[in-house]
Amino acid sequence: MIQIFQLYVFILAGFVGFIIIQRVPPLLHTPLMSATNAISGISLVGAIVAAGGQYGRLSTILGFVAVVCAMTNVTAGFLITDRMLAMFKGQVKTKAVVAKTEPAK
Amino acid sequence: MNELGTRDLIIQASYLAASVLFILGLRSLTKPPQARLGMQQAAMGMLFAVIGTLLNSNILTYQWILIGLVVGGMIGYPMAMKIKMTAMPQFIAFSHAFGAIAATLVGVVEYRVRSGATGEEGLSHGLAAALGLEVLFGALTVTGSFMAFGKLQELITGRPITFKGQNAVNLLMIAVAFTALGLLIVNPMNGAAFYTVLGLAFLLGISMVLPIGGGDMPVVISLLNSYAGLAAAATGFAIGNNVLIIAGALEGAGGFILSLMMSKAMNRSFGNIIFGAFGAAPTKSTAAKGEAKEPRSITPEDAAVQLAYASSVVIIPGYGMALAQAQHVCRELMELIEKKGGEVKYAIHPVAGRMPGHLNVILSEAGIDYGALLTDVDDANRVIATADVVIVIGANDIVNPDAEDDKSSPLYGMPIFRPWTAKAVFVIKRGKGTGFSGVENPLFTRDNTLMLYGDAKGVLGSLVKEIKALDEGH
Repeated sequence: MIQIFQLYVFILAGFVGFIIIQRVPPLLHTPLMSATNAISGISLVGAIVAAGGQYGRLSTILGFVAVVCAMTNVTAGFLITDRMLAMFKGQVKTKAVVAKTEPAK
Repeated sequence: MNELGTRDLIIQASYLAASVLFILGLRSLTKPPQARLGMQQAAMGMLFAVIGTLLNSNILTYQWILIGLVVGGMIGYPMAMKIKMTAMPQFIAFSHAFGAIAATLVGVVEYRVRSGATGEEGLSHGLAAALGLEVLFGALTVTGSFMAFGKLQELITGRPITFKGQNAVNLLMIAVAFTALGLLIVNPMNGAAFYTVLGLAFLLGISMVLPIGGGDMPVVISLLNSYAGLAAAATGFAIGNNVLIIAGALEGAGGFILSLMMSKAMNRSFGNIIFGAFGAAPTKSTAAKGEAKEPRSITPEDAAVQLAYASSVVIIPGYGMALAQAQHVCRELMELIEKKGGEVKYAIHPVAGRMPGHLNVILSEAGIDYGALLTDVDDANRVIATADVVIVIGANDIVNPDAEDDKSSPLYGMPIFRPWTAKAVFVIKRGKGTGFSGVENPLFTRDNTLMLYGDAKGVLGSLVKEIKALDEGH
């Protein structure tokens, strides 16, 4: 039964994702990809449990490596998204129009 | 889980908050002015999810977690702050690989733990399916992303690497992997089946990306994005964690939409991109058509005069512009033309660059206002048709008229820009070679096309110099 609920959540989330992401303009497609990439670093949550759960030495080592990788993914993903979004500037849209009214020859 | 304690409630609340913030963060990307704040909130969501997880009662020791978090942060921070915007596709591929390694390892740990346990904690068929899919998508993404990284970084050749019977081998591996997955679901204790899936997925990642050419990378990166999401979602199923399922589904959907858009922008199907090995077969199909017309070239001095008196200029950049790091001098040129009363727009093709939206980022990095970027092919063509001058910088296939005129061209049907409809076209190009797909471009020999040979940065630099010299001459 639990798995049915999980499937529900998966399909609903996928649906929401589909509706929202379709509306992201091509302008921001690269930040979109790095954003979803950062968000999927949520595997970190699973990695933390694996690393801290004392399931034997090998599991702890694998879990530790997983934490490092997922944390790298999360940190790098969110930071680069922020760096990119900070660069997008769109306030001077009218400038070109103003300039055009007086064609300098 | 039957009786939720306060601790569990807090954990679940943190996951819910994280999920909501993730969705809001992605929604903010639909409105560029709000995007940055929205994604910062999504990062807070991630923090909530991590804090919530640390409260999990199954966690007994924290030392390795904390060391891991610190090490990961120390690797991720400098990577993100130092990376050049041109190298963004490699960076994303690398980051995908890291996320997928984590998902795969969690799958392996979970399988080891569960297959050793019995009863409630043991392996059900459903759980085995989730774990199998998790390592399948995870491992595929790991090696696939590293291959993509290698190609983008030019550690491996960007040309498709093919051998005879490649598709047959790939299909056979896929068939065996799914058979093993089936066996695993029927008998969850079948460890051999589990590790077969894992091993084959690693191999598949390599063999499926190798034959794909560098020009098709936007599709590959989007697909890997989708797979990484599916791996994360499968992890959520395996460990019964909704926030993983939600985040994974969001990324899965995002990657899927992007890869659809990219293949549509190239007028090709997924199957064709993955199994087609573009550029290997159609070498110079149009070159033999006779009429060996030589492209005419123009000097920067003459080009500068035309630009200085143009009232409307459209610049069509390709990956070549990014490679030459010509975006800053491009903005300088734009400012000069605007000062003289001209209007400058950029026409950005969906597949220009090596990942979706790549050139938008590069031009924004140079401080170009995104109001000047035309990202819709039809809109851009309307502006181009009324332009005095179109400058094509390091782009080739996206301005190839064969995509409209020549049914035998491998590019036929791809929506392209039509620079020849403008009064004059300047093409800045390194040499006389063909584009990434190895296809000849008849645009270069059109009557209103003039070539400016040389490195994009150098040529643009001399254009800027010449326009300035015009002013001083007055």
